[in-house]
Amino acid sequence: MSGTHDHLVYMANQIAANLAMEADAVKATADHIEAFWDPRMVAAVLSDGAGLSPVAAAAFEVLRGAEV
Amino acid sequence: MTYQPQSDLGTPAGTGEPVTLTIDGRAVTVPAGTSVMRAAAEIGTAIPKLCATDNMKAFGSCRLCLVEVEGRRGTPASCTTPAEAGMVVHTQTPQLQKLRKGVMELYISDHPLDCLTCAANGDCELQDQAGAVGLRDVRYAAGDNHLGQAKDLSNPYFDFDPSKCIVCSRCVRACDEVQGTFALTIDGMGFGSKVSAGTAADDFLSSECVSCGACVQACPTATLQERAVVEIGTPERSVVTTCAYCGVGCTFRAEMRGEQLVRMVPWKDGKANRGHSCVKGRFAWGYANHQERILNPMIRASIDQPWREVSWDEAFAHAASEIRRIQAKYGKDSVGGITSSRCTNEETFLVQKLVRAGFQNNNVDTCARVCHSPTGYGLKTTFGTSAGTQDFDSVEQCDVMLVIGANPTDGHPVFASRMKRRLRQGAKLIVVDPRRIDMVRTPHIEAEHHLPLRPGTNVAVLTAMAHVIVTEGLADEAFVRERCDWDEYRHWADFVANPRNAPEALQPVTTVDPAELRAAARLYATGGNAAIYYGLGVTEHSQGSSTVMAIANLAMATGNIGRPGVGVNPLRGQNNVQGACDMGSFPHELSGYRHISDAATRKLFEADWGVALDPEPGLRIPNMLDAACDGSFKALYVQGEDILQSDPNTRHVSAGLAAMECVIVHDLFLNETANYAHIFLPGSTFLEKNGTFTNAERRIQPVRKVMTPINGLEDWEVTQGLANALGLGWNYRHPSEIMDEIARLTPTFAGVSFDRLDELGSIQWPSTAAAPEGTPVMHIDGFVRGKGKFVVTDYIPTDERTGPRFPLLLTTGRILSQYNVGAQTRRTANVVWHEEDLLEIHPVDAEDRGLKTGDWVRLASRSGETTLRATVTDRVAPGVVYTTFHHPATQANVVTTDYSDWATNCPEYKVTAVQVAASNGPSDWQEDYEALSERSRRIEAAE
Ligand code: SF4
Ligand code: SF4
Ligand code: SF4
Ligand code: FES
Repeated sequence: MSGTHDHLVYMANQIAANLAMEADAVKATADHIEAFWDPRMVAAVLSDGAGLSPVAAAAFEVLRGAEV
Repeated sequence: MTYQPQSDLGTPAGTGEPVTLTIDGRAVTVPAGTSVMRAAAEIGTAIPKLCATDNMKAFGSCRLCLVEVEGRRGTPASCTTPAEAGMVVHTQTPQLQKLRKGVMELYISDHPLDCLTCAANGDCELQDQAGAVGLRDVRYAAGDNHLGQAKDLSNPYFDFDPSKCIVCSRCVRACDEVQGTFALTIDGMGFGSKVSAGTAADDFLSSECVSCGACVQACPTATLQERAVVEIGTPERSVVTTCAYCGVGCTFRAEMRGEQLVRMVPWKDGKANRGHSCVKGRFAWGYANHQERILNPMIRASIDQPWREVSWDEAFAHAASEIRRIQAKYGKDSVGGITSSRCTNEETFLVQKLVRAGFQNNNVDTCARVCHSPTGYGLKTTFGTSAGTQDFDSVEQCDVMLVIGANPTDGHPVFASRMKRRLRQGAKLIVVDPRRIDMVRTPHIEAEHHLPLRPGTNVAVLTAMAHVIVTEGLADEAFVRERCDWDEYRHWADFVANPRNAPEALQPVTTVDPAELRAAARLYATGGNAAIYYGLGVTEHSQGSSTVMAIANLAMATGNIGRPGVGVNPLRGQNNVQGACDMGSFPHELSGYRHISDAATRKLFEADWGVALDPEPGLRIPNMLDAACDGSFKALYVQGEDILQSDPNTRHVSAGLAAMECVIVHDLFLNETANYAHIFLPGSTFLEKNGTFTNAERRIQPVRKVMTPINGLEDWEVTQGLANALGLGWNYRHPSEIMDEIARLTPTFAGVSFDRLDELGSIQWPSTAAAPEGTPVMHIDGFVRGKGKFVVTDYIPTDERTGPRFPLLLTTGRILSQYNVGAQTRRTANVVWHEEDLLEIHPVDAEDRGLKTGDWVRLASRSGETTLRATVTDRVAPGVVYTTFHHPATQANVVTTDYSDWATNCPEYKVTAVQVAASNGPSDWQEDYEALSERSRRIEAAE
């Protein structure tokens, strides 16, 4: 792991993996990130989502929707 | 208060039905099982005594406490005679006086008559009792005696002078019954009997003694005496306060002479410690006056310059102008603060207020981030409250203790003594830990089951235990139906029952013997009141929060919640971890665990503080460091915390700090973080300030100022100075006013105030209108969140994996005599027990590498490397190595990685893949760092 951006993507994937057993994993992941991440961290991943797992990527799409 | 010894009623209280008896013509009612001695003491009649003291069982050896009981022959010892209904007792008769005088005369004839020059003069029970029995002269000629024997001065804190010993066995019994170490014995018989530390050298230091001080407190003579009393003299007043080391929260009487602290004596009315202590709180306070303490504020333009001492006003003005300059240049979110679990609730509350109201963002975090943040997340999710469920007294009703990822005898020694006492009474013990911690086998205690799991597999082990409980029909479904969400339970039960979660299926991952795991699960579910005690070995993992929730699941599934004797008990590391979390130190929540996005809560604070609050969560410590490396975070105020030494991946921390333009360190010493600081604000010790700490059982306890801060200001005044330089206009005159504000803004603290604390001694939150005196046991009639929530916790292995380059797993921990980064304990005589951090390695792994105990080894991981000495031991399993992080020279965190808990970013300290090889000295990093430290600590000579 190196660099802040890689670290953020790693964290997002880790959250998604640990919430995979939730009834709605995408929503659970999005809610968790919204509750605990500073906006600049969310913005950094929104601007470059390379490396996100499918659930994490979908969660960021939910967060993008919520932004506008 | 002028000096008064603590009261001693002679023997413990009974617990039976009330009985009434007559003592010297006065009626007294006591619970059956109470001794006649104690019954008399309760009405103010002090029967002379020497071998009895009220925190241990009566012994009946000195024969000084004789009484007459009507209708009975002879003169029974009142300490061993239980009070009975209708008994008529006489404590003062000519016959008794004569007998007692005779006994006393024998003691005194073999005792040095140097009272006037004895350290205990005026504070000696032998002297007092000689007076009480009216002894005026001694008829025996000088004969054989024990005078002039050599003193044992091996312990750095107390002396043992055998010539003053009256062989009352109080010390031996204190070590056995109170401390549970069994270090002392009485050797020999009759006149030849003597107290022995039981080693070849027969001194305290080389014995099993852990220097808890219980024997010193129990000794009625000057035989066992604090060295400080010998050197300074007996105390003249005392102030009750709370230990600033660990989360047990022992209360002490700080016994003073003028402004000088003579000794800290555990307070018998303290509800957390019940009169006991460990070596840290009892003796290791000398750092308060250590020569390396910094007493003046200092500033410098860059970290390669020497420090320059300035006035407080100049330091505050400079700090404020730097923060405003940086915010103007990089935006308001480019600055933040870190509160410490070592500081008081009031100080912590002010730091987060400074950040939210003064910096106008939520970039505030606490060092609890790196220890117990998963506890907050996990218990809030499952139960609804971010805290342990019980009080410490609850252990007395516990039948099965499950200890996971905690090492209580080292980390929480006073509570460990209480656990051990309960275990000696017959409670059963299950230990889940990669290491064979001391509790697994210690005098008179043997764990029923030790599951030595591979580090990083807690979730797998707990899920396997749940599998056994569910599939063998051991769950308490009636409890679950009533108290928890049944559908969520079914979902969880189906998950754990899946054959892939069976202990046998998970054995390749956990390395735990499935039969042993099954037996442990059955015992937990069916052995009566079962309580889980856990520590950082649970939280400091990439699945730390999942492990906490898996623990909560187990407790709910077996109905072990909501009454004394059971529950989920996080053993907090530092003194005020609970309090720091309660006070709103996390970037996403305000005090009382209310999310910053909640408009109603924000409105409450906004109205009180007169500012608008940012509704978005701020940065956590690791995120701050990442953002610093990225250039969006530029200034940090750190109170009482040494992130460079305590946080993982030291290189990353130092890079983050080096990238900031203004680092403000507020601490007692120039700590490691201060090597990267531009402003240093000297802190005060817990002896120099007022406030409160909240221990692991949610108990809020007073911290009282016993001496003037030698740096000039209490820590809350420093934060206030900084806030006012930023224009916030605070005018707190006393920390009690800060607590009033906390109570006003935090529903769970509604009933807390300094006056109430003075009245009650301590309060366990929640303290509300419904429970004004606090709440010892939580979730009694229902969970705080409503229905208890079962959370499926799937085991996901950490990405930190062993391989050919790094074949061993490193796990880290702490030892009894040192505390955290050691900034305090390293500056006391406690170093005699731990001069350096050592690497524990299994004999097989050591042999493979040609290593023996004492060799220098290189410890390398993907993050970095360091060197330290090895100690070869089978306490650790093959494939696992272990060390502590108390010494900056070792820099154990150079090797730990950036991996962290998925939910909270709590670092994964407990699992790092490493290689170990022989080495011949410090690594390049250590040498470079040593040079940097030396350069960075220069202070310009005053003009
Ligand atoms: S100091 Fe504590 S451990 Fe040591 S001998 Fe005394 S009671 Fe035992
Ligand atoms: S050392 Fe003190 S407590 Fe121990 S037997 Fe001697 S007099 Fe009693
Ligand atoms: S360090 Fe902990 S156990 Fe020891 S005296 Fe202090 S609070 Fe008690
Ligand atoms: S105090 Fe009762 S026999 Fe010693």
